[in-house]
Amino acid sequence: MERSNSKMSVGERELWLHEKWKQHRLQKRRTKFWVLTVQTLMLLSFIVLWELAGRMKWIDVLIFSYPSKVGAQIIRDVTSGELWPHLAMTVGEVAVGFLLGTLLGTLLAVLIWWSPFLSKVLDPYMVVFNSMPKVALGPIFIVLFGAGFTAIVMTTLSITVIITTLVVYNSFNEVDSNLIKVIATFGGKRRDVFTKAILPASFPTIISTLKVNVGMAWVGVIVGEFLVAKIGLGYLIVYGFQVFNFTLVLSSLVIIAVVATGMYQLVVYVERKLVRER
Amino acid sequence: MAPVVELRDVDLVYVTGREAVLALEGMNLAVAPGEFISLVGPSGCGKTTLLSLIAGLIPPSSGEVLLHGRPVVGPSPEVGYMLQQDYLFPWRSILGNAQLGLELTGRLNNETMDFVLELLDGMGLADTAKLHPNQLSGGMRQRVALVRTLATNPDLLLLDEPFSALDYQTKLQLEDLVVDTLKQRKKTGVLVTHDLSEAIAVSDRVIVLAAKPGRIKGIFDIPDNIARTQPFFARKETGFNELFHEIWRELEDSDGKEG
Repeated sequence: MERSNSKMSVGERELWLHEKWKQHRLQKRRTKFWVLTVQTLMLLSFIVLWELAGRMKWIDVLIFSYPSKVGAQIIRDVTSGELWPHLAMTVGEVAVGFLLGTLLGTLLAVLIWWSPFLSKVLDPYMVVFNSMPKVALGPIFIVLFGAGFTAIVMTTLSITVIITTLVVYNSFNEVDSNLIKVIATFGGKRRDVFTKAILPASFPTIISTLKVNVGMAWVGVIVGEFLVAKIGLGYLIVYGFQVFNFTLVLSSLVIIAVVATGMYQLVVYVERKLVRER
Repeated sequence: MAPVVELRDVDLVYVTGREAVLALEGMNLAVAPGEFISLVGPSGCGKTTLLSLIAGLIPPSSGEVLLHGRPVVGPSPEVGYMLQQDYLFPWRSILGNAQLGLELTGRLNNETMDFVLELLDGMGLADTAKLHPNQLSGGMRQRVALVRTLATNPDLLLLDEPFSALDYQTKLQLEDLVVDTLKQRKKTGVLVTHDLSEAIAVSDRVIVLAAKPGRIKGIFDIPDNIARTQPFFARKETGFNELFHEIWRELEDSDGKEG
């Protein structure tokens, strides 16, 4: 049983507090351990079950393949060097798509913030454009820009730009009007309001749209590659599908999952760095 | 002495989507150099609007607002404005916040920087210069806001309920600090407040406003023994309570039709 606090010496109380803290930390670690364990078990059992199902012919191997085949395919692609051009092209398209998308979207947001008139004029167009499925514009981009990198990046931009504009413009408008009043009381102009209040206040939002746009960009790029590409991970999926090589399809999917997660984590890391510094 | 700020027959019309409302009507007011006045009145009497007019944030619909005898056409470095809350910029350091006004008026140099540091030091904030606002208490933050306002060296300070968001103890301390600072630096002050005892304790003159439309209802000169005493002790001075009740009655009159 715990003794009453008042009867403890200073040293005893320190010890007692330390003990409490250690218990708390232990509890936290235990939870973390179990979460990790269950996560690992889930993944492992999924892979094992899939492998088993494939080898025992419970599922159609032609369509569903199985992990060791997929793994072998990936290793073959990596060692032969066949994977790299595809991977580089897709990653390049995604990177350009999401960086340019965030940049252009933010610039557009700045433009319509600067001119409330323009904002009112563009409003219905933005609503329509935001509501429509932009990948449907793919064929038009291909006709306009030719079957290749540019058309794919444009498809990606059509997805990322508008959402960025809307989100960033919203965050511009949500900046505390009193901060703007502070600037105004010192005789600051609209430019000062923007550079000293609006932009720094919206900076975290702009950074967090990067996170959204990574995912968006992957959608745009893969769809774009489905439509036109002769190179890239999206192309590998379509090609594998056409020649009925589903091991190739699945291995491309695995690579996409890994690389996309990696990119997302990179952006999260950059976000934490940039936002924490303030 | 020529007044620092003067309002002559000022009307202000406030236009909304639905209607145009007369927010202020026939305002005549003059504040002498070094004087500290308070504006009290029911909500909707246009207290904050009056400050915005003097600050040059909005133009009068008719009449004239004069600063040192010249019409006000926009915000001027001679006027400092303190808002209800500190509204420090969370991404700036305390020093960065304090020098914001100097940046905006293009007067940031070594000399003015020294002045800012001296002000921070004078308010016991020297150690906080590199910290960020979220690391400071409410009272400290409002002191930083005061430094920010004083940094541009205005000779007229507009105070829009700057103590209303603070706890009672901090509020009393800050009242003393603000009044001392203004007196020491020979600044003129216009305070808007809901707190009648605060108004009496800190000022030389209390102006009672009536609402709808906002207009002056009564003017009360605060006797020297109260006006010259630090706000904290002023509340204990003889005549304070009587004055409080006198102004209170005047306020109740103007408040009567509200709600």
